[in-house]
Amino acid sequence: MPKMVITVNYSLAYGAKLSRVEVVAAYPITPQTTVVEKLAEFVANGEMDTQYVKVESEHTAMAALISASLAGARTFTATSAHGLTLMHEVLIWASGSRTPIVMGNINRAMAPAWSVWADHLDSVAQRDTGWMQIYAETNQEVLDSIIQAYKFCENNEVLLPCMIMEDAFFLSHTSEAVDVPEQSEVDAFLPTFDPPEKLDVDDPKGFCSLVMPDWYMEFRYLMYEAWNKAMGVIYDVVEDFEKKFGRNHGALLDMYKCDDADAVLMAAGTAAATCREVVDDLRSKGKKVGLARIRFFRPFPTEEVRSLAKEVDAIGVLDRSFTFAHGGAFFSEVGGALYNSPAKPALKNYVAGLGGRDITPKTLSRLFEDVLSLPENGTEKEIEWVDLKDAPPEEVS
Amino acid sequence: MTYDWDPKCYKDLPHTAIMDRPTTHIKTGVWRTYRPIVDKEKCTDCYICWKFCPDVSILILEDGSIEVDYDHCKGCGICAEVCPVKAIEMERER
Repeated sequence: MPKMVITVNYSLAYGAKLSRVEVVAAYPITPQTTVVEKLAEFVANGEMDTQYVKVESEHTAMAALISASLAGARTFTATSAHGLTLMHEVLIWASGSRTPIVMGNINRAMAPAWSVWADHLDSVAQRDTGWMQIYAETNQEVLDSIIQAYKFCENNEVLLPCMIMEDAFFLSHTSEAVDVPEQSEVDAFLPTFDPPEKLDVDDPKGFCSLVMPDWYMEFRYLMYEAWNKAMGVIYDVVEDFEKKFGRNHGALLDMYKCDDADAVLMAAGTAAATCREVVDDLRSKGKKVGLARIRFFRPFPTEEVRSLAKEVDAIGVLDRSFTFAHGGAFFSEVGGALYNSPAKPALKNYVAGLGGRDITPKTLSRLFEDVLSLPENGTEKEIEWVDLKDAPPEEVS
Repeated sequence: MTYDWDPKCYKDLPHTAIMDRPTTHIKTGVWRTYRPIVDKEKCTDCYICWKFCPDVSILILEDGSIEVDYDHCKGCGICAEVCPVKAIEMERER
């Protein structure tokens, strides 16, 4: 396998190319732009046998991909922040049409205040659209996740779309060494897309048809059933992928040194990579801490969270977005999963790194210590805005 | 694959809302509150109602006369409004 030093934006482009994507429809937006530029270059050079549809908005990009996917083509796009939220309506059309579209979303804060830096609100706000959501930690994971995603999304028992998230700049504009598999290896792993029904002019059918109140609910239940099957299929694909390529980034919840841990921090995206360093450092000092990385936010790893709860005394949940609910979205959902669980460890929410603020090892080290102290000190302060400038700094005389 | 649109439970449904025929078999006319009644004596077969009907529910028969497709007419009353000879009356559905 050749190793390349590439940004995550190029990981997305190479992942789509290796997956033999047949239709790309995309609209540029910072910090996603170089994804679609690289794809355009591949198509222009004849390296990708792909229909590249230039569109006037992200809404149209997604609408074009739904049609292409219904016609039986493998489809890809990438976007960020306001581009993703403009797609909101058609994201729900995509999942309801059961089109297994795969999309990269470079997580960027929503304005105002105007920002181009990392924050998960853009995608967290799409959690109810029926899309799977992967929050990636490294450029390698992104390339690998695209190949995995086509395999589990296009499974005829699943047929659901997937968005793969990358933190703005921390991944989008940072180069890392990435193993780029050979085309033949990906071809051997990933079968061609063959949905049970296709748009066909010789055998016309109506797609996305009107359904009266007597059967609409049953169509939604079919999707719910597909979600439940998807979890098993994801585990199978992750296992197959490891056999073929020798890499495993975790399935739904990616555990790091959780086995004998007293306290665990749950985090998603690049903050999880920093957590690993901090876990190693604290472990060397005898502190039993671990990281449970939320790799999939949808489908939500309910059973995995409940199993973890049996083993630990305290869980901290780090949200890199705030949803104006009781706490951050990840925190609310972890708490929801634990309500009917027999084991209920102390639980606290840390809202951190909004709008691209660094979540440093120093900060995370303090958070791990705080989680360790929860069983003793309690969770009176249930939601903490981390490193908030809540008072003027003390003057240095 | 053709679909039996007489499903008994969700397991009989296709994976998404795919129809192997046009949606005309769905009788959306049940939504109607007012029913257009055409007075054949007054009607001049000018087809202005046919042109204006937003739901393609004015049918032109082989003999050139018109008929309302009550399976799909929603009773909006545009046909009665545009009729130049007042040949269409809207009656409350019972």
